[in-house]
Amino acid sequence: MYLYDPIDQRIVDERVAQFRDQTRRFLAGKLSEEDFRPLRLQNGLYVQRYAPMLRVAIPYGILSSKQLRMLAHIARRYDRGYGHFSTRQNIQYNWPKLEAVPDILADLASVQMHAIQTSGNCIRNITSDHFGGVARDEVVDSFVWCEILRQWSTFHPEFTYLPRKFKIAVNGAQADRAATFLHDIGVHALRNAAGEIGFRVIVGGGMGRTPIVGHVIREFLPWPHLLTYVEAILRVYNRFGRRDNIYKARIKILVKERGPEQFCDEVEAEWAQIKDGASTLTEAEVRRIAGRFTRPQYQPLEDLRLPQDGPYGAWQKRNVFPHKQPGYVAVTLSLKKTGVPPGDATDAQMDAIADLAERYSFGELRVTHEQNLVFADVRQDQLESLWQQLRQLGLATPNVGLLTNIIACPGGDFCSLANAKSIPVAEAIQRLFDDLDYLHDIGELDLNISGCINSCGHHHVGHIGVLGVDKQGEEWYQITIGGNQGLTPLGTPAAVGKVIGPSFAQHEVPWVVERLIEVYLQRRESDAERFVDCAHRLGIEPFKQSVYGHPDSPRQDREPVPA
Amino acid sequence: MAILIRRGKIASPSQPEAGEVLRLEPQDDPAGIADRLAGAARVEVNFPRFTDGRGYSTARLLRERYGYRGELRAVGDVQRDQILYLQRCGFDAFLLRDDQDADESLAALADCSEAYQASVERPQPLFRRR
Repeated sequence: MYLYDPIDQRIVDERVAQFRDQTRRFLAGKLSEEDFRPLRLQNGLYVQRYAPMLRVAIPYGILSSKQLRMLAHIARRYDRGYGHFSTRQNIQYNWPKLEAVPDILADLASVQMHAIQTSGNCIRNITSDHFGGVARDEVVDSFVWCEILRQWSTFHPEFTYLPRKFKIAVNGAQADRAATFLHDIGVHALRNAAGEIGFRVIVGGGMGRTPIVGHVIREFLPWPHLLTYVEAILRVYNRFGRRDNIYKARIKILVKERGPEQFCDEVEAEWAQIKDGASTLTEAEVRRIAGRFTRPQYQPLEDLRLPQDGPYGAWQKRNVFPHKQPGYVAVTLSLKKTGVPPGDATDAQMDAIADLAERYSFGELRVTHEQNLVFADVRQDQLESLWQQLRQLGLATPNVGLLTNIIACPGGDFCSLANAKSIPVAEAIQRLFDDLDYLHDIGELDLNISGCINSCGHHHVGHIGVLGVDKQGEEWYQITIGGNQGLTPLGTPAAVGKVIGPSFAQHEVPWVVERLIEVYLQRRESDAERFVDCAHRLGIEPFKQSVYGHPDSPRQDREPVPA
Repeated sequence: MAILIRRGKIASPSQPEAGEVLRLEPQDDPAGIADRLAGAARVEVNFPRFTDGRGYSTARLLRERYGYRGELRAVGDVQRDQILYLQRCGFDAFLLRDDQDADESLAALADCSEAYQASVERPQPLFRRR
């Protein structure tokens, strides 16, 4: 991970003092709620359904064991003993007291952490591929570029009051594990024919009320121009993005209204004015940033034959990812045990995970956008021992990539924006699909649940998506299929799911999922054709028929509505 | 009465003007006044609501693209907690909202001593000064 130098530390420390003063003035009645709101949001502090919610930044998802122990300490001291890892690779606390937040920020700063720009209409935490630095298909170490962008975006004076929030994702490998087509800006590293590094720049993707797959506005941007080019995009957006309607204020709407070509022309015209300016990156800076990252001291080892059978084999097949260093693997710790809200971890679990990270993975770990944790550098000869330890902690559910690895937002149990609950729906589906052999037979399937159209649970890109909607004060759920977060091995591109028809009551959702799975199992060409690939090949019609045309269908009295 | 901060000091808002006072609203393109900048006494950029951040880009364009060197004044919903970033984008004068405290606002200009980015205030980004 990146280690702060004294200037990085000072910038964070000064922010703590600044926010302490802002909180003091708010509590003293010298700063109105209206004027305080954007200030607290830019420190990750929401006022929620039952209490404030504090979102702490985990830049591009990397944590040290020391930082994780601090997160456990905060959960214990200021909250109710747990935290929620989010789809933005951050952690959220649901019960802190507003007046305690400056102290929490001071505790965080003591381990080089903060809550800067985790909310508000500014550039948010940069997200990335959780296998950065270890994946075999790596083009560049995405974390170095994430840190360059993190520093550039931190307290950017021009872009603190944008029309709306702004999310950037960086992918450094061939496969897109960062959903770059579904962010305000996605940058995807590549090499040109001459072997030089550059970035494909994608703009205007996003989920929310208007899900859109982003547009490539530059096929190859040589790396020195990364900051000036991104600055040009942000300036065009800051000046011309809509501010009259919160639902039309994201950059995707500007790109859509202008048309990608015209938007691209405007960016290029702006960039022509600032290109080669002082913000042009230098080799020295990239080296300096890379040099401040800790690097594992790998032992020279050989790859081992890992077992495929039995409970250990099942876990190994699902939760272990190949590593570019022989003799090592990356391991996903599943936070998706049935009965536990997806992404939640207790303070005791966090402490225990920190201990294991030190024993097995050089004292570091990553948070994934699927709300799991990753030990990126585990020796294969220590893998079984790690598995035993994880089992005892309830973190070895062998379901990574499977239907029960559900992404879910906190939903109506916590969030004041939600139309409907998410966590009980996730749990009901997990309970219905509790047979591991059946789950493995179904194969890879992303099932994502959002409690409202803000799409924190990424339902639009779930192979099966579940969206909570409000109908005359009642909680209903709309089902989509065919969403996809990024290019798959079979070549299915990033896609937004299609609605299959009228929505369902909460208790009916697992039944619907069961019908969709039945169609897939009957119609798939082979085990290798995943649910999403099958759904793209067949279209939604057969799935729709199986749900709405079924004799037991709770919605059979209605005509299916075309999506 | 509203307080004016100019070049880091409290100033009197009612000094006689030697030249034209130009004013830009959030949606105005600074290119539209580029040829009048040379004779201007000052340029005012209005912030009807502090959360509308277009004026920050306006200021940078006036300074960095159109070469304006005279007084650049933020007016409207201008508060203590925004003036540091406004200064970084090129404003050197702030007509504060009526309820703002003069000393607290002056102190705000020292809230953060360093910044990563290139700006009007510091044309070299931190990585070229580190």
